[in-house]
Amino acid sequence: MATHAEAVEHGHGHEAAHEALAHHFDNLEQQREAGALGMWVFIAQEVMFFGGLFLAYLIYRMKYPTAFMAASNHLNWKIGTFNTAVLITSSLTMALAVWATQVGKSRKVQVAFMAATLALGFVFLGVKAVEYHDKYVDGLIPVAGMFNPHGIHLPDGVTLGQYQMFFWIYFAMTGLHALHMIIGAGILLPIMWMAWRGRFSPEYHGPVENFGLYWHFVDIIWIFLFPLLYLLGAHFGKGH
Amino acid sequence: MQSIPLPNINLPVPFSPEQASTFAPHVDMLYVYLVTLTAFFTLGISAAIIFFAVKYRRRHHGELPRPIAGSMVLELTWTIIPLLISMTIFVWGASIFFKAYRAPQQAMEIYVVGKQWMWKFQHATGQREINELHVPVGARVKLTMTTEDVIHSFYVPAFRIKQDVVPGRYLQTWFEATKPGKYYLFCTEYCGTNHSGMGGYVYVMEPAAYQQWLAGGTGTESAASQGMKLFQQRGCASCHQVDPGGQQGRGPTLYGIFGRQQQVEGGGAVTVDEAYVRESILNPQAHIAAGFQNIMPTFQGQLNEEQILQLVAYIRSLGPAGQQPQQGGAGAQTTGGTTTGGVPPPQQRANPTGPTSERQGSPAPQVPPGGNTGNANRQQ
Amino acid sequence: MSTNTTAAEARAQEWRSRFPTVNYLNADYGIKSWLLTKDHKRIAILYLISVTFFFAIGGAYAAAIRLELLTPLGDMMQSHTYNKVFTHHGIMMVFFFLIPAIPGVLGNFLIPIMIGAKDLAFPRLNLLSWYIFMVGGALTFAALLFGGVDTGWTFYVPYSTNFSNTYVTLAGVGIFINGFSSILTGLNFIVTTHTMRAPGMTWFRLPLFVWSHYATSLIMILGTPVIAITVLLLAMERIAHVGIFDPALGGDPVLFQHMFWFYSHPAVYIMILPSMAVISELVATHTRKPIFGYSFVAFSSLAIAVFGFLVWGHHLFVSSQSVYAGMIFSLISFVVAIPSAVKVFNWTATMYKGSISYDTPMLYAFAFIGLFLIGGMTGMFLAALGFDIHVHDTYFVVAHFHYVMVGGTVMGYLGGLHNWWPKITGRMYPEGWARFAALVIFVGFNLTFFPQFLLGYMGMPRRYHAYPVGEPMWQVLHVMSTGGATVLGIGLLIPAIYFIWSMRYGRFAPANPWPGTGLEWRTPSPPPTENFAVTPVVTWEAYEYRPIEELEVIGPGEPDQTIGGQHPANRGVETEKQPGDVDRER
Repeated sequence: MATHAEAVEHGHGHEAAHEALAHHFDNLEQQREAGALGMWVFIAQEVMFFGGLFLAYLIYRMKYPTAFMAASNHLNWKIGTFNTAVLITSSLTMALAVWATQVGKSRKVQVAFMAATLALGFVFLGVKAVEYHDKYVDGLIPVAGMFNPHGIHLPDGVTLGQYQMFFWIYFAMTGLHALHMIIGAGILLPIMWMAWRGRFSPEYHGPVENFGLYWHFVDIIWIFLFPLLYLLGAHFGKGH
Repeated sequence: MQSIPLPNINLPVPFSPEQASTFAPHVDMLYVYLVTLTAFFTLGISAAIIFFAVKYRRRHHGELPRPIAGSMVLELTWTIIPLLISMTIFVWGASIFFKAYRAPQQAMEIYVVGKQWMWKFQHATGQREINELHVPVGARVKLTMTTEDVIHSFYVPAFRIKQDVVPGRYLQTWFEATKPGKYYLFCTEYCGTNHSGMGGYVYVMEPAAYQQWLAGGTGTESAASQGMKLFQQRGCASCHQVDPGGQQGRGPTLYGIFGRQQQVEGGGAVTVDEAYVRESILNPQAHIAAGFQNIMPTFQGQLNEEQILQLVAYIRSLGPAGQQPQQGGAGAQTTGGTTTGGVPPPQQRANPTGPTSERQGSPAPQVPPGGNTGNANRQQ
Repeated sequence: MSTNTTAAEARAQEWRSRFPTVNYLNADYGIKSWLLTKDHKRIAILYLISVTFFFAIGGAYAAAIRLELLTPLGDMMQSHTYNKVFTHHGIMMVFFFLIPAIPGVLGNFLIPIMIGAKDLAFPRLNLLSWYIFMVGGALTFAALLFGGVDTGWTFYVPYSTNFSNTYVTLAGVGIFINGFSSILTGLNFIVTTHTMRAPGMTWFRLPLFVWSHYATSLIMILGTPVIAITVLLLAMERIAHVGIFDPALGGDPVLFQHMFWFYSHPAVYIMILPSMAVISELVATHTRKPIFGYSFVAFSSLAIAVFGFLVWGHHLFVSSQSVYAGMIFSLISFVVAIPSAVKVFNWTATMYKGSISYDTPMLYAFAFIGLFLIGGMTGMFLAALGFDIHVHDTYFVVAHFHYVMVGGTVMGYLGGLHNWWPKITGRMYPEGWARFAALVIFVGFNLTFFPQFLLGYMGMPRRYHAYPVGEPMWQVLHVMSTGGATVLGIGLLIPAIYFIWSMRYGRFAPANPWPGTGLEWRTPSPPPTENFAVTPVVTWEAYEYRPIEELEVIGPGEPDQTIGGQHPANRGVETEKQPGDVDRER
C-alpha cells in the first residue's frame, strides 16, 4: 500500500534566495502572515491590558460623576486637542511610510516618513511632559503626601480622595500610553536603520507594516483617552 | 423562587456539623442530592471504564480496532441530560440562597464589627460581647455587619451561614437557631497573622436561660441609648431635631426618617437605611437632603465603626412605635430612657416566628424547657 | 587553550555517541547552545527543568503545611510563618508550575511537530518568554527568600495594600513579569497554529492536543493582561496609597476581587485545558482508536475558553455581590461544566471496543478521568449558591481545586511526560517502576485530598493554622491527609528518579513506541533540529489508525521505514543498540 505521507521538497522553494526569510518558514508570504497575525494578537492582548484601566475609569466615573467632571477641568483641553492633532498626523506619516515600502519608493522617502513619525511622536511626548509638569506645580500628583492641590474649590459632595482618584486614573492611563509611545519610538529607530540600509521592498516589508499597526493602535488608545479625560464634563473656557 | 418548596432533612448527615438553624436542613438535603449525583456519575463512569479496560484490553501486538467516529444522538444525550440535571442543582441552590439573603422584616437586630482579630457584637438591647454571641433559640436574628480594617467573613458552620464583611459597607445576614448549644464561629476570609484565632462561639440558649443571661449582663445600656449620648456629645443635636413636630433645624429632622424615601439635592431619592445614615455621617456631602445646605462636617476618623452603628441604632429608634418593626426593643425602650433589656424573648419569639407561611415546614419548634430539639427530632 | 578545545570536543563526542542519530539534543553542544537556543524543543527542556524546580519548592511548602496540621494546636510554626508558607505554596504552584507546566514543556515541544512545522512562528519570542518566566520566577522567589509574603496567593485588598508588611510588591512585580511569559507563549501558539500547519494539515485533522492548546492560548492572551494591570494597580496602591481599592479614599475593595478573578478563574482553564489536551492524545494512542466525537471534543475546548470568562463571579458569592449577579454567575458556572462533561463522556466512549493498553500513560489517563470527575462534580456543588454559602473558603474548596489541579493537571502532565518521554529523550523509562509510581501517586493523592472534602463540610476553614481541639474527628482527617501527602510525595519522587536514570540507562526508544498516529511519531526519537527530514504532507485524518507496519517515519528520499526498522539516519551509529531494544513489545 502506498505511503500516507508524501514528501515534498525541503524548505524554501524558489524563494529560498531571499535573505529575510527565516529558516523555519516555507516562504515570505507565510512569514508575513505570521508576523501580521502576531501583531493583531498582541494588540488584542493590549486591549485587555488597557481594558483594566478603562474599567476602573468607568466604575469611578459612574460613582463620582461630579468629582470627575470638576477634576477634568484641571486638564487643559486646548493642549490636549493640539496633542491629538499631532498624534493623528503621526499616524498619517506612519501610514505613508508603510505605503512607501509597499510600493517600493526609494529608501530616502521611506526614512523621511518614518523620521516625521518619530519627530511627531517626540512632540507629543514633550507636550505631555509639559502637562505633567503643570500638574506637579499645581500639586496634583496623586501620590500620598504629594497630592496637595492649592486654590481649588471642591464642589458640593466631592472629597479630595475622589479628586485624587481622577488624577490617579489620569496619570495611570496617560502614563501607560506614553510608555507605549516611548517603546514605539525605541522600535522605530532600528526599523529606520533597516530602511536606510534598503532592506525593505514590495516583497518584504513585514516589520514596517506591523510597526504601523502598533503605532495606529497606540494612537487609537489616545483617541479614547482624550475625550474621556479632557472633554467629558469639562466646561470649556473655564479651565486654565 | 419562594414558590419552590425546599426539601429538608432532619436526619444526621455523616461528617457534617450539627444542624442548628433553619437553613441547615435545606443545605444538608442539597448536599445529599449532590453527593448522590456525584456517586452515580463517578461510579457509573468508573465502572464503564474498568469494564472497557478489562474487556477490550490489548490482547496482541498488532491489534487494530475498528474506528468509531462518533454519534450525534449520544453527543446530544450527554450534553442535554447533564445540562438539565445541573439546572435542577442551580434552581435548588439559588432558592436556598434567596432565602438566606432576604433578611426578614422582623428580627432581633445585632450589630457586628470585625476587627483584626476579633468579632465584636452589640445587641440592640445594649449587651456587648467579644468573640461570643448569645442568642435565644427560635428567634430570627439579623446581623448587620461591617469591619474596621480588612475583609473578614462571618461563618457559623452549624447554621450554614457565611457572609464576608467589607470595609465601608454594611452587609447583612440572618439566621434562626433551632437547637440550643454552643457552636463554632469562624472567620473564613484570610485576614492576617492571627486569622485562625479569629473566632469564638455562638451560644444558642433556651428563652429562659437567655433571659437570665440578659439580666446578668454588665454593659446593658442599649445601642440606641449609647447612640443618643453620642448624638448629644458630638453636637448632632444642634442641627438635627429628633422630636416629632419639632422645628426644622439646619439639618433635616430625624424623627421617623429611618426607612423612608428621602429626596436629595440634585434630584433623585434615597432610602434612609443603615448605609445611608453611615454615608451621611462620614461623607455628608454625597447625598444632601433636598432643601438643605451643604454645611455638615464629616465625622470621618472621629467615630469608630461601633459608634457609627450606635448612632444608626439611635436614628433607627426615632419614630412612632408603629412605624418601625418592633425588634429588640431598640426603639421603644431607648426613647423611654430605660437602660435595661428589651422585649422579653418569648415575645420576640412569638412575633417573628408567627406568620411564616412562606417557610416550609420548619416553624420554631416548641421547645420543652431543657429539652433538646435536634435530639427530639432524631428520636422521632 | 588547545587542550581545552580537545577536552570540549571529547565531551561533545561522548555526548553525541549516546544517541543513535543526530538530533536536537546532540546537534549542538555547550551551555551557550542551550541558553541561546531558538529551538522549541530545547526551550521545552529549559521549561521542564525550571518548572520542576518550582514544583519542588511548592511541594516542600505543601509538606510544611501538612506537618503543621497534624495537630490541632499551631505548635510547629508561628501563625505568621504558616501564613507565609501557604501563600508561598499557592504562588509557586499556581503561577510557576500549574500555568506554565504543560504549555511550556509539552506544548512547546509538541505543537510544531504535531502540525508538521519546523518551529514555532516566533522562535526568539519563545526563548524570550522563557527568560521572562525565569526573571519573574527569580523576583518572586527572591521575595520569598527575603522574608516572604503573607497575603495568600489571592492578594486580597485591603489586607495586601494597607496591612501586610511583607514583600507583597516584589512578589507582585514577579507575577506581573511572569504574566508576559504566558502572553508570549499564547501568542506564539495561536500564530503557529494558524500559519504554520503543514500541507494537508487542515483544522479538523489537527490532533486534539493542538485544539486544546489553541483554546488555552486564547485565555492566555485575553486574561493574562488583566491580572497584569490588576497587580500593577495593587503595587501602586501599596506604594502611593492612591485609593483605587481603598475604601477610606473612596475606592472599592471588591473591585479588586472582580479584576483578580476575571483572570484567575480563566487561569484555572489555562491549567486544565492543556491537561485535557494530553488526555485526548493518551486515550486515542493507548486504545488505538480515533477520539469519539472529535469535533465535539475540539469545540468543547473552545466553549470552555469562552464561557470560562463569564463565571468569575462565583468566587464572590458571599463577598457582597448582588444576589442577582450571583444568580447569573451561578447559572453560567453550570453551563461551563457541560463541555467538560462532554469530554469525559467522549473519552469513555473512545475506549469502547478499543485495544486498551495498560502502559503508564494510559494509567494516568484513567486516573485523570476518575479524579477529574470528582473534581468537576464538586465544582457543581460550589456553583450551587445556597450550598456555596456553607462551604465557601473551607477545606471543601481546597479539596475541590486540588482534585482539579493535582488530580487533573498533574496527572495529565505526568501522563504526557511518560507518553512523550521516548520522543523527548530518545530513551524509554522503566515501565514497571512507572506503573508502580502511578499507583502510589493515585492512592496517595486520594488519601490526601478526599478527607479534606469531609473536613470542609464539617466547617474547617481554609488557611487555618490551628483548629479546634474539641473536634477529634477533624484531627483524624488531618492525620489521614498528612499520611496521604507523604505517600503522594514519595510517589512523585519515583518518576523524578527514574526519569533522570533513564536519560543515561534507559533503552533506546524507537520512533513510534506505542504506536501513535500523530506526526510526532513519524519522526525519529529524539527528533532532528528541524523536526522532519522533509516537510510532511498530511493525507490522513486525525487518529486514523492503520496496521502498524504502515505507520512510517517520514524519511528523506529513501523508502520509508516501518517503526520496527530503523530510520535511515540511524545507520552507522547503530552499533551499541541491540535489536531487541528497537521493538519494545515483549
